[in-house]
Amino acid sequence: MAEAFRTCPTTGLKVHLPAENLIKANAVAAVVFLAIGGFFGLLVALTRWPAVHLLPADWFYLALTAHGLDVLLVWIIFFEMAVLYFASAVLLNCRLATPRVAWAGFVLMLAGAIIVNVAVLQGQSTVMFTSYVPMKAAPHFYLGMLLFAVGALLGCFVFFGTLVVAREERTYRGSIPLVTFGALTAAIIAVFTIASGAIILIPTFLWSLGIIQHIDTMVYKTVWWAMGHSSQQINVAAHVAVWYAIAAMVLGAKPISEKVSRLAFLFYILFLQLASAHHMLVEPGVSSEWKIFNTSYAMYLAVLGSMIHGMTVPGSIEAAQRRRGLTNGIFEWLRKAPWGNPAFSGMFMSLVMFGFIGGISGVVMGTEQINLIMHNTLYVPGHFHGTVVAGTTLAFMAITYLVIPLIFRRELVMPRVAKWQPYVFGLGVAGISLFMMGAGTLGVARRHWDITFAGAMLPYDYPGAAFLMMGLNGLSAVLATIGGIMYVVVVVGSVFFGRRVEGPVELGPPAPRGVAGGSDLPAAEVVGQYGSAGTLKIPGTVALVGVFFVCFVLYYFVNWKYLSEIWPLR
Amino acid sequence: MAITPPSNLLWWREPVARTELVWIIIAFAWGLVMFFMMIYWHGAGEQNLSNEAYRISAERFTEKTNEMIESHEVRKEGNFPVVRPPPGSDVYLIARLWHWWPILELEKGQSYRLHLSSLDWQHGFSLQPTNINVQVHPGYELVMTVEPDRAGEYAVVCNEFCGIGHHLMVGKIYVTE
Ligand code: HEM
Ligand SMILES: [Cu+2]
Ligand SMILES: [Cu+2]
Repeated sequence: MAEAFRTCPTTGLKVHLPAENLIKANAVAAVVFLAIGGFFGLLVALTRWPAVHLLPADWFYLALTAHGLDVLLVWIIFFEMAVLYFASAVLLNCRLATPRVAWAGFVLMLAGAIIVNVAVLQGQSTVMFTSYVPMKAAPHFYLGMLLFAVGALLGCFVFFGTLVVAREERTYRGSIPLVTFGALTAAIIAVFTIASGAIILIPTFLWSLGIIQHIDTMVYKTVWWAMGHSSQQINVAAHVAVWYAIAAMVLGAKPISEKVSRLAFLFYILFLQLASAHHMLVEPGVSSEWKIFNTSYAMYLAVLGSMIHGMTVPGSIEAAQRRRGLTNGIFEWLRKAPWGNPAFSGMFMSLVMFGFIGGISGVVMGTEQINLIMHNTLYVPGHFHGTVVAGTTLAFMAITYLVIPLIFRRELVMPRVAKWQPYVFGLGVAGISLFMMGAGTLGVARRHWDITFAGAMLPYDYPGAAFLMMGLNGLSAVLATIGGIMYVVVVVGSVFFGRRVEGPVELGPPAPRGVAGGSDLPAAEVVGQYGSAGTLKIPGTVALVGVFFVCFVLYYFVNWKYLSEIWPLR
Repeated sequence: MAITPPSNLLWWREPVARTELVWIIIAFAWGLVMFFMMIYWHGAGEQNLSNEAYRISAERFTEKTNEMIESHEVRKEGNFPVVRPPPGSDVYLIARLWHWWPILELEKGQSYRLHLSSLDWQHGFSLQPTNINVQVHPGYELVMTVEPDRAGEYAVVCNEFCGIGHHLMVGKIYVTE
């Protein structure tokens, strides 16, 4: 039994080797599909750049379908499996429950992902990742999705099982770490998500085989988004957990208050509600009461959860930095943060952009009436590139820079490339989010091959500014793609050719002299006793949160103003 | 740290820092504002999507549209009939692969009961440049009252992906003084 573990020289944690292998396999699969999906994303963006207009129409819609599936589903969920195994087996010092089942899950997911890609590339399944009925894909398209989902479900069960094993074998003392708690949140939501997915995709699969005659479009959409939106809540829970993990590993940050941060995670589970609602705001015959109740998640309590993390994550970083002696002014802690460390810079940009770009736009767009001026315009992809790319993807990229030395035990090749990668990618993604949102505000449709409408029986010209936005979007896409390539090159290069790490690794700046703390895990105990009321002064975070709040309120009301300018509707 | 079990075994007894508490209260209050804003707009705002909808078959919706076209057609534009229904009346617009049928001509400042339905797949009614976006489903008839407030030529762009001709699906609505 003993040889199934190694002791991590950096953290002193016992690492279960089967768990480590699973983390590696899932992370590698994730990166492969990110590369494939990102490539399709570039093709799509270049086609939507009017001056380039790269692909013919059929290939554009095919590439868009593949892009959505490969990045949103496959990249993110494979990486989340790695996060789940890391947050359970590694952080709890424990063996992974039933590695065989976890491998079965991995194989199912991989098979599912490949089948879906084949189906799409065969050309009979250009239905977008949402596959709204009555548009029909080939049966193996749905089958692939189902296999992938079942595989992910197995991964969640292995995670739960590991928590039970850890508790029974007493591998930790007290409560599970906050990061594990966040992962638990994600896994619980995942079970709900996958159940909804099964409820709708199984009948749809049977329908594509001709066994079921009819699927109601409204029912499909409602249940599909119970899966589609909840899965975004998984991403949020997972990437917030990753933020906490990076802050802890790089700076030794401790949550300001365990209670508050855990409560905020709990909100995600409790107020997930019928998350499909905000995708149904302009559908026929949905009652306003249902829309208002569900979009506000019973008064915006899930949003409240994110707003809490939005303060506690930077707050814990500020507290940790101040404990290290960076106490001048309100921003010295931020100025002197390890901006050259891609794990930190990626994490911090993910935090800021998720809040400012993805978060604010999401709440605004999810307002019952305001949705009228945004539904299905490019504003929608603009918004979710702010959440799921600037937020989730960038956070996952950031933690990869810690996973490589700790789990793959390789040094990063090309550290300079790694250092710049989060900035290049972050800037590009900020661009695609904002310019797509801008084009959407001007009415440009999403999933649309030709905004000049050449060849349409009746003409229409979008305003010139819309074309400018699409061009800038194309440029940003090129930048984001370069950032993506840098990431893939560093990861693949390090995993295969990186120098082996033998001893402990330096994850962040060493603890300053005179401050208690391990030299191994930097500042492990530096802020050990932080977090009780009264001792806490985080003026910088308060200022940042203040700016955020002002932006939020202004932008929210600006959109009501836009709404008031369209034709009166009753 | 966030990656280790809480150092204080009784972490749930720790008091919450004031900064955090204040932010939670502000954020919660903001949630209430946004919640009541939606309700307020139902009373005070002029742009609310109607909840009126019916199940309808493609045949029945085509019939109703054709009745309207027969009674109120004023001219043809290419293949498209241009229909000028009387103010206040029921107006029908068919979405199908890949056009909007027929062309409507409405009068500024008058209200119309606009019926939308699809004969085949889902489509997106995106009225430009005013920027009103509504989903159109087959089998459902959405009825909303619209009141054009500016004269001009409007386009109905399809903004729900509906197959290879999606980007060709443009309709027209005229608003006259
Ligand atoms: C190189 C980076 C990327 C670029 C240049 C890019 C660009 C784009 C563009 C231009 C669209 C099309 C919008 C439209 O026509 O409707 C799109 C759609 C989309 N993107 Fe990305 N994207 C990138 C990365 C990602 C990542 C990492 C994710 C997910 C984690 C993602 C998720 C999506 C989804 C879900 C859609 C919607 C597909 C659909 O409408 O069916 N993208 N992207
Ligand atoms: Cu259409
Ligand atoms: Cu369409």
